[in-house]
Amino acid sequence: MAEIAADAPQRVAPRPRLRGAALLGTVPFFAFVTIFLVIPTLTVVIGAFTGDGGRGFTLANVRALTDDYILDAFGRSITLSASSALIGAVLGALLAYALVTAKPDGLLRRLVTAAAGVLAQFGGVTLAFAFLATIGLSGFVTLWLQEHGLDPYANGVWLFELPGLTLVYTYFQIPLMVIVFLPALDGIRPQWREAHVSLGGNTWQYWTRVAGPLLAPAFLGSTLLLFANAFSAYATAAALVSQGGPIVPLQIRGALTSEVVLGQANLGKAMALGMVVVVAVVMALYSLLQKRTAKWLG
Amino acid sequence: MARVIFRWTVLSVMGVFFLLPLVAMVEFSTRDPKTWPLLLDWPRLSSEYPALTEGIVASLAQAALTSLLMLALLVPTAVWVRLRLPRLRRLVEFLCLLPLTIPAIVLVVGLAPVYAWVNYLIGGSSLTLVFAYTILVLPYAYRAIDAGLSAIDVKTLAEAARSLGAGWFTVIVRVVLPNIRSAVLSAAFLTVALVLGEFTIASLLHRTNLQVAIEFLGKSSAGVSVAVSLAALLLAFVLLLVLSLAGNSRKGKAS
Repeated sequence: MAEIAADAPQRVAPRPRLRGAALLGTVPFFAFVTIFLVIPTLTVVIGAFTGDGGRGFTLANVRALTDDYILDAFGRSITLSASSALIGAVLGALLAYALVTAKPDGLLRRLVTAAAGVLAQFGGVTLAFAFLATIGLSGFVTLWLQEHGLDPYANGVWLFELPGLTLVYTYFQIPLMVIVFLPALDGIRPQWREAHVSLGGNTWQYWTRVAGPLLAPAFLGSTLLLFANAFSAYATAAALVSQGGPIVPLQIRGALTSEVVLGQANLGKAMALGMVVVVAVVMALYSLLQKRTAKWLG
Repeated sequence: MARVIFRWTVLSVMGVFFLLPLVAMVEFSTRDPKTWPLLLDWPRLSSEYPALTEGIVASLAQAALTSLLMLALLVPTAVWVRLRLPRLRRLVEFLCLLPLTIPAIVLVVGLAPVYAWVNYLIGGSSLTLVFAYTILVLPYAYRAIDAGLSAIDVKTLAEAARSLGAGWFTVIVRVVLPNIRSAVLSAAFLTVALVLGEFTIASLLHRTNLQVAIEFLGKSSAGVSVAVSLAALLLAFVLLLVLSLAGNSRKGKAS
């Protein structure tokens, strides 16, 4: 069938000329992507290894990444991403499991997955303001707690630091986990459990010897995806922390907005490159685990 | 039974966690009873908070233009590559999915010099952000459109139209496009939702949009900014809910 279609007569020039003419059709796309995606990417990569005069190869920027304050920022970024990914993964997996035990086409499941799809996209300034209205200094929950004699900020305001950012990030991490982990849970066949039970296994053994090992790659992979998601997030943190740079994206903001003063225009590019490397490594691991997951739960 | 208890415990705890911020936003933005009426009164809003209305208008225009540019770039290219240059498909797919691995904050660093040229050639209007936004939405839009094209027999349709004397423009606009209407619609919805929520690139390239305006407003009048956040959020909710419910029901019919 496909061969017949391929051999069907076409009202066009013979092959050799056709190739060149056909390529012309993709010129707008490739030109656009080159200018606004490839060139910016190359700018970051090349700029990371270029001196501030704009000329000459140097490792100074990359070496500057080992400065204490930048290392600290990377450390905090990784801590924030890892903790919000872990919390999001565990809670998200619980929620996903709760959904799997419900009716597959039921209203509950459709509603929750639709809401998760929306909330996973939710981030940025609006999310920051939502939490300011909730547990900001004059937020709804803060005031309510204070009326009842509990002050969440008795030991200092933590909302604008790592614990606060972790809390805010879980708001989009949990729904994302539900979306990416649900398909794996759906892949678990009830027959496997029946087989396990008929061979005399109990629930504990089922989870540790059958379902656990099967779900582990999917769980780990989803956690990595959540990590990358939190690691590259900027807007939420930027709206919450208006000055200074506890995490890498905010350090890059500092380098971008005050590059003239510091004279370290390309340090920002080196930090950006560092971020890309971390995200690329995480995503590569993710796709490896994804392949392993597909073996059983595809 | 244990399962049912477990399910409802998890769901209600999560429900509280996810609804609380939304409830708090409602409470926070109604502390001053004048806030919401002000939002509905466009002329007064634009005289009291000109930056805000400017941001809203800019965001709406950006969303519309980004959708158009995205469609104009992606649909013909995807169709063309499928029909005539199948070898390029992997490359196009790779380029379209690339922005997923490049955080927006990194993209901004690389875009800054490109936008220095854009400023020089076209000017510093906030509408120039449309170029960057088109890149941002490429992965989502590409996947939607590619799925739409996979579901129909593009080759046969195009050959039938060509053999009846249609030009390539007619093939793409009047034959293929109507057949992938729902894919195009979902790509456009995603684009609108993404553009309305974008902050990183706009704020760091010193241009305005809704999110930048909200953030700016947050420093002076928190109540109004929370109210606008809530309104923007509800709009995005409705858009994406319609999208995902429509997607679900389509799947339901197919199976």
